[in-house]
Amino acid sequence: MSPGPVLTYLDHAATTPMRPEALDAMLPFLTDRFGNPSGSHRPARAARRAVDDARDVMAEALGCEPGEVVFTSGGTEADNTAVAGALACRPGSVAVAPAAEHQAVLAPVEAAAGRLVGVDGTGRVDHDSLSAALGPDVAVVSVMLANNEVGTVTPLEEVVVLVAEHAPGAVLHTDAVQAFPWLDVAPAAAAAGLVSVSAHKFGGPQGVGALVVRRGVALAPLLRGGGQERDRRSGTSNVAGIVGMAAAARVLQGDRSEVVARVGALRDRLADGLLAAVPGTVETGVGGAWPNRDHKVAGSCHLCFDDVEAEALLFLLDQAGVCASAASSCASGAAEPSHVLAAMGMDRARAGGSLRLSLGWTTTEADVDHALTVVPAAVARLRQARL
Amino acid sequence: MKVLVAMSGGVDSSVAAALLQRDGHEVVGVTMKLWGGPSDAGCCSVSDVDDARRVADHLDIDHHTFDFGADFARHVVDPYVGDHQAGRTPNPCIACNRHLKFDRLMERAAALGFEAVATGHHARVTTHADGTRRVARGADRAKDQSYVLHVLDQGALARVRFPVGDRTKAEVRNLARALGLRTADKPDSQDVCFVSATGGRRAFLEPRVALTPGRVVDGDGLVVGRVEAVELVTVGQRRGLGLAGGGEARFAVHADPVAATVTVGSAAELLTAEQAVGGVVWAAGPCSGATLVQCSAHGVPRPGDLVLGGTASDCAGEVTVRWHRPERRVAPGQSVVFYEGDEVVGGGTALSPPAAGGPAPR
Repeated sequence: MSPGPVLTYLDHAATTPMRPEALDAMLPFLTDRFGNPSGSHRPARAARRAVDDARDVMAEALGCEPGEVVFTSGGTEADNTAVAGALACRPGSVAVAPAAEHQAVLAPVEAAAGRLVGVDGTGRVDHDSLSAALGPDVAVVSVMLANNEVGTVTPLEEVVVLVAEHAPGAVLHTDAVQAFPWLDVAPAAAAAGLVSVSAHKFGGPQGVGALVVRRGVALAPLLRGGGQERDRRSGTSNVAGIVGMAAAARVLQGDRSEVVARVGALRDRLADGLLAAVPGTVETGVGGAWPNRDHKVAGSCHLCFDDVEAEALLFLLDQAGVCASAASSCASGAAEPSHVLAAMGMDRARAGGSLRLSLGWTTTEADVDHALTVVPAAVARLRQARL
Repeated sequence: MKVLVAMSGGVDSSVAAALLQRDGHEVVGVTMKLWGGPSDAGCCSVSDVDDARRVADHLDIDHHTFDFGADFARHVVDPYVGDHQAGRTPNPCIACNRHLKFDRLMERAAALGFEAVATGHHARVTTHADGTRRVARGADRAKDQSYVLHVLDQGALARVRFPVGDRTKAEVRNLARALGLRTADKPDSQDVCFVSATGGRRAFLEPRVALTPGRVVDGDGLVVGRVEAVELVTVGQRRGLGLAGGGEARFAVHADPVAATVTVGSAAELLTAEQAVGGVVWAAGPCSGATLVQCSAHGVPRPGDLVLGGTASDCAGEVTVRWHRPERRVAPGQSVVFYEGDEVVGGGTALSPPAAGGPAPR
């Protein structure tokens, strides 16, 4: 890979740099403190202590008891466990999810012949559509707290009322992977029986996450074996990863409101600047009953440019040193049409020009300046080429 | 020069990228994602994308993936299905070259600031004294791909590069080994990328169109056999027509899905003095008179005279090939390419004979 120009990294929703505190906390467990926490000797007990401490930190951050935290290999495993695990406890039951959920929820729902329900133009679940899909046969309803593409936050209080009314036997799962960096998830997800988070979205390492399983929620494990995580997730604990995740969470709990204020202002400057500089641009995730960005996570700037192909735009941005994305990536690395934008009712042509610029804890004024120079020029160039 | 190299994940395009880089060009690799369906062959499976990316990594060049799946469906897959429905035998690789590898990729490349697009085809581009260019046969005659590139016009020829076109396949593989490229010994792709070797055309077409069972008749209209799908019969085909054994060999000379009929005839009846060709594109303007005509990817070129305008009244873009000696008729839908020496001067698509359904002209 050529070194290229200075990087402006605006893809924090894909993954964000690790907090230095997380790396520092991890290193001993990748070197001399290598014990397996399931053992009984001193190194094992030391590792066990580290995992237990991390569990306390995560429980505090997630608003649950330590015994309700199940460490996983990341958001996808947590989401899959929530959906498939709840279904497995009730033979013949079905899962329900809005069509704009992450694939890690949609795929297990669809694999079990579940029901997908509609979302509004901002990506939030449509209450009528949800109510119609609920019933006594529903075991799990999965509604994300913040959307991974357009960044809109869904208030779960209203959802949980509908679930209690129409599917009283169902558990509510929320994918809080994209919300955790920006929101105090403890109150925001208090209504959910199952909550998924992923470390690398908030300054921890990749490959580790957690699922909150509140007491009384019946859940079958996805991974069976040695009975770790109280038989809810077998497999040797990823000690370094778990410790790193907890360290990142601890830092974030301390500075989240400051980060949100600072990054939110940068995001507003970026979004307003691009809307002003580039004609034929639409900001996604705002409108209707949600006319402003207050109900999006602070790092999310999602725009659609008319008459631009996202794939070509990303290429030019990459060449100019601006890292961004359009939608979730498929296995071959190509940009697929966004199922989220389609679910929101956006026409294919407009969705084809989507750009997700996601800011994070390391984003600076200079990053925004750079993007405000590069993005309008790239859009103009591509439009010129079409003439 | 900024060059975008279309990297399929095969050895030829891997070496093409390496050669351009060695010559000092600013090279970026791209793999087109064309087909999302199941397939066990061809250009665009995930493992091929992986190979292309790993080769680019090895060469230390950037690699991107462009998703042209929608264009591929529109310009290649849909016409492929439609041609079969109409009883033709299409060549989807040519449609892919024309609409995807060249039109679409070149347009994208220009928009992104590339001056040239390179591929791993075994072909060359020659320049004439008047400045016009031609596709010419590659140095390795057994691997020559000029036939599938006959659709390139002057605009495309000015911007395309075939870095391996003046090398033999063996040289390309040796070079790949010397460079440590993981694709050095990868087998050549053979088949249509979206049709699996196990299921074949039938498995691909069956869920997409209603296949027509049909009768097989001889030149006198006598029913002599049956086929399960007229759409899958290719003119010139001998097997799979449900014919009784013994006697003179008979071949499909016409397939008509609308009439649910396949007409068979003797080897002599398969021969024709003329071949109508439609949708003709010329490298640098129409040519007539004596030429060499190639009717399949690795077919032997045969001599014939080109007569512009065809035989029917409404025949713009049509050419009639008058064979110097009678030749087997070409399955409608197959590409017919005209050469002067090693150079492509034009080409088009074989049309059904004017007396469709009747006995072959003698």
